[in-house]
Amino acid sequence: MNFMGYRRPDGTAGIRNHVLVLPTVNCANQVARGIATNVRGAVWVEHQHGCSQLGEDAQQTARAFIGHGIHPNVYGIVVAGLGCEVIRAQDVAAAIRRHCPYKPVHTIIIQDEGGSNKAIRAGTAAAQAMMIAASALQREAIDAGALILGTECGGSDACSGLSGNPALGTASDLLIDAGGTAILAETAELIGAEHIIAERAVNAAVREQCYATIRAFEDSAKTMGVDMRGSNPTPGNIEGGLSSIEEKSLGCVYKGGTKPLQAVIGWAERISAKGLVFMDTPGNDIEQLTGMVAGGCHICVFTTGRGTPTGSPIAPTIKVATNTAMFQRMRDNMDLNAGTIITGEETVAQVGQRIFAEMLAVASGKLTKAEVLGQNDFAIMRIGPSM
Amino acid sequence: MNKFKAIIMKPQDNVATVIEDIAAGCDIEINIEGNSIDLQVIDNIPFGHKVAIRDIAKDDRIIKYGEVIGVATAPIAAGRHIHVHNLGGCRGRGDLENGTQE
Repeated sequence: MNFMGYRRPDGTAGIRNHVLVLPTVNCANQVARGIATNVRGAVWVEHQHGCSQLGEDAQQTARAFIGHGIHPNVYGIVVAGLGCEVIRAQDVAAAIRRHCPYKPVHTIIIQDEGGSNKAIRAGTAAAQAMMIAASALQREAIDAGALILGTECGGSDACSGLSGNPALGTASDLLIDAGGTAILAETAELIGAEHIIAERAVNAAVREQCYATIRAFEDSAKTMGVDMRGSNPTPGNIEGGLSSIEEKSLGCVYKGGTKPLQAVIGWAERISAKGLVFMDTPGNDIEQLTGMVAGGCHICVFTTGRGTPTGSPIAPTIKVATNTAMFQRMRDNMDLNAGTIITGEETVAQVGQRIFAEMLAVASGKLTKAEVLGQNDFAIMRIGPSM
Repeated sequence: MNKFKAIIMKPQDNVATVIEDIAAGCDIEINIEGNSIDLQVIDNIPFGHKVAIRDIAKDDRIIKYGEVIGVATAPIAAGRHIHVHNLGGCRGRGDLENGTQE
């Protein structure tokens, strides 16, 4: 089973050929946007971090930047910095070059260039050259087993666990059967369902790591002295019929399919295992998406009951509606409808097949609604306070 | 279209999820693994919300997907709406910890 993708010199497969403009600090956000808007087809991200972070927090932020730079969906990258930040653009660029010596990487430092306008001008020239070179590459047939799928559910309703998530679980199983990888994430949304995923671990160490990761997340909520229902389920989840974190989790865990759990990894860590992998992420949609994409996920399938526009700038994000009413209401955001399971028109297995077929079509170049809308959601998960 | 107006996930569940808005007083039929259950709905139940399919005593476990999703914080008669007003989650409840040990 093949898709049409871009074979990179190191053997990895890309499903897009983006030129990414990435600020390593929030002070460079406007310059990054200025560069990308000058170059047709270039994408950029914005965020609030990159400075005033310490230790593991700073390392984790840098890991997310580098993960996006070395991502096989990115042909080339312009890294934009201010010049005095903690996470320096030149260090991020050097790390990307170390991992991917074949990849065009250009660094713009606003203070060195002599201000925003000059930085935008220099960055635009670099991005333009990359875009022309990128456009010369041809897609070729690549085995589906090369793909890494990120699974996500957000804006959940009571149908998520009945339709969209079990169907996504089927698609995840199909990809793993083809030799690929699927990521289950959203640690907060596994509380109460951890036994279902942990008991599928390939060994005792992975099982214990899975339990410990979820326990640590729950303990952090407990130490805050709050009822998780203040934020999870969210007010929208509750309006949609979800009553407790356990109910939400039991619906969420279905999207991880039925395959053995191979590994547990941290936020934005590189995905190297084949098969099902659990990434420790918040339930926050955009922080989760950013972590999975930084880890190397090519494509995300995002099930939603309430509806969401979310999309990564570099990994196509397929939106699956869990109910037909929302699918019809938010047609400009939704790619597929799993609400047919609720109405009895299709089975979970049929919709799962349909999601898998769409994944291969999108991997081969078909645009998602989120891509057409220019969604470029990107958010850094924080550990400690800003200094 | 599905002739059933609610879905039960596992035979041991004591709740069903309604798949259209149900008005109080309606009689509905629910299917679980080939068996159908007739239920008179007592409350208005919005799309996606849960209805008790059996009488549930206070502090009894509420079961969906064959798993515990919380406990009843009040007695719940079959046909009643089950939601945050009568279902208490057991997990992630820092508000119940209050500095005490688990």
